[in-house]
Amino acid sequence: MSVIEVSELRKTYSGRAVVDGVSFAVEEGEIFGILGPNGAGKTTTVECVEGLRVPDAGRVRVTGLDPVADHARVARVLGAQLQESELQAKLTVREALELYTAFHERPADWRPLAERLGLAQKLTTRFGKLSGGQKQRLFIALALIGNPRVVVLDELTTGLDPRARRDTWELIEDIRAGGVTVLLVTHFMEEAQRLCDRIAVIDKGRIAALDTPAGLIQRSAGATVISFTPSAPLDAHDLNALPALASIEDRDGRLTLSGTDETVNAVITLLARRHVTAHQLRVVDATLDDAFLDLTQEATA
Amino acid sequence: MNTAVLRTEIRLFRREPGALFWILLFPTLLLVILGSIPAFHDHEPDLGGLRTIDVYVPVAVLLGLIVGGLQSMPQTLTGYRERGILRRMATTPVRPSALLSAQMVVYGAAALASALLALAVGRLAFDVRLPEQAFGYLVALLLTVLAALALGAVISALSRTTKIAGAIGSAVFFPAMFCAGVWMPVQTMPDGLARAVGYTPFGAAAEALNQAAAGDWPGWGHLGVVAVWIVLLTAAATRWFRWE
Repeated sequence: MSVIEVSELRKTYSGRAVVDGVSFAVEEGEIFGILGPNGAGKTTTVECVEGLRVPDAGRVRVTGLDPVADHARVARVLGAQLQESELQAKLTVREALELYTAFHERPADWRPLAERLGLAQKLTTRFGKLSGGQKQRLFIALALIGNPRVVVLDELTTGLDPRARRDTWELIEDIRAGGVTVLLVTHFMEEAQRLCDRIAVIDKGRIAALDTPAGLIQRSAGATVISFTPSAPLDAHDLNALPALASIEDRDGRLTLSGTDETVNAVITLLARRHVTAHQLRVVDATLDDAFLDLTQEATA
Repeated sequence: MNTAVLRTEIRLFRREPGALFWILLFPTLLLVILGSIPAFHDHEPDLGGLRTIDVYVPVAVLLGLIVGGLQSMPQTLTGYRERGILRRMATTPVRPSALLSAQMVVYGAAALASALLALAVGRLAFDVRLPEQAFGYLVALLLTVLAALALGAVISALSRTTKIAGAIGSAVFFPAMFCAGVWMPVQTMPDGLARAVGYTPFGAAAEALNQAAAGDWPGWGHLGVVAVWIVLLTAAATRWFRWE
């Protein structure tokens, strides 16, 4: 059974559809990413999953329960870290952890959690005095404190330094290893590529693509990037005639072409036929970054 | 009501020196200052033989209620909403309404403590007699606390930001203080004005408290006015309150 099911979700604000027919299912034990540009409807979508917003249409189920009608039961199985929220400024870290522990029937022990998140030295610090990264880590701890089956993490590593970000990624992998399903909203490609089993790319309130990170890269038009500096200029007509060519760029005599493996083979054939040598030839797979830009661009056009 | 939330809010309230001073100490301090004016110890025929200091004890009692309910509580509640604290709590099995009710208990209790302090200091320092109809006084006092909290809840409901809450709070604060008799005790107001003020929540409360202080059962008319305000304000707050 899917842990989270969203089908044909719609949410409109003052006549503008922010989420416009989004469907996806998150399987048990999966790290599922939601990727998209700012204002694409990512946060609204997960807020419907968390039961913070009432959908205008469509169906949302968390472990088979309706997050709005069965709010209390969903809150017991779902832990959330919100994109923008705070705690009382004068509440200390320890008090916050103890307070949120008291909200749950079967809470996790907050001490190892605080240790793991590097909060052990900050227990007597008030929330208002914490740095952005420390606040973020506290919210991750609070999301996990109820021993949830699902955690929803919205812009998890925003405001963290690279070191803390990597530590947090490890933590997320540990959480998943413990059997918890993770729904991750992010705009960091590296994060999505590293952590997610599957990714839904949302753009303008719709799902532009849903696949594994590798699948997304593969299916984008420019999955392979080939770059070289030709020993003699190549005919533009020949280049544009290359099969499956997605883009071409000439910068100070260095050519960068993106396409598929077929394009690569055709380039090599072309070079041989014209007796042109390719200096500093590089063939690399496109990153999720490229795939993302490609996918969201397509939806714009 | 969630006890963990209540405990936390009590703890946080104790960390607010501003709120502690203005709600708990300021009314009694004002009483002490007025009490040190010798003329306020003279028996005034205008006040039915009472001394000015006698009529200022109920005023000090109301002042703590007004500061707590109209100024402090809306600031806190609006801040909790503005900063997403209510939203954060909405994702837990405990609803954010637990935070609201805890706030009301904290500010209600603080206002009551402030009232008792004013009564005690009035009695000990200035020989102001304790309310003779103690039970009636307590009933009137509790109703007034509820009215102050309900009015505060309406202010919180209508204010989108803490700045607006502060502005509305102050705008309501001065008329409320006037009605409570801070500048001119209700007994000294001209008849027409006193009657009009008697229809406001704090004017009616002042009258009810004065009657109980003098040993009579507070008039049902005054208690009724306060009760109607509680019902109206609570309904308005429930209708207009936004969680985010």
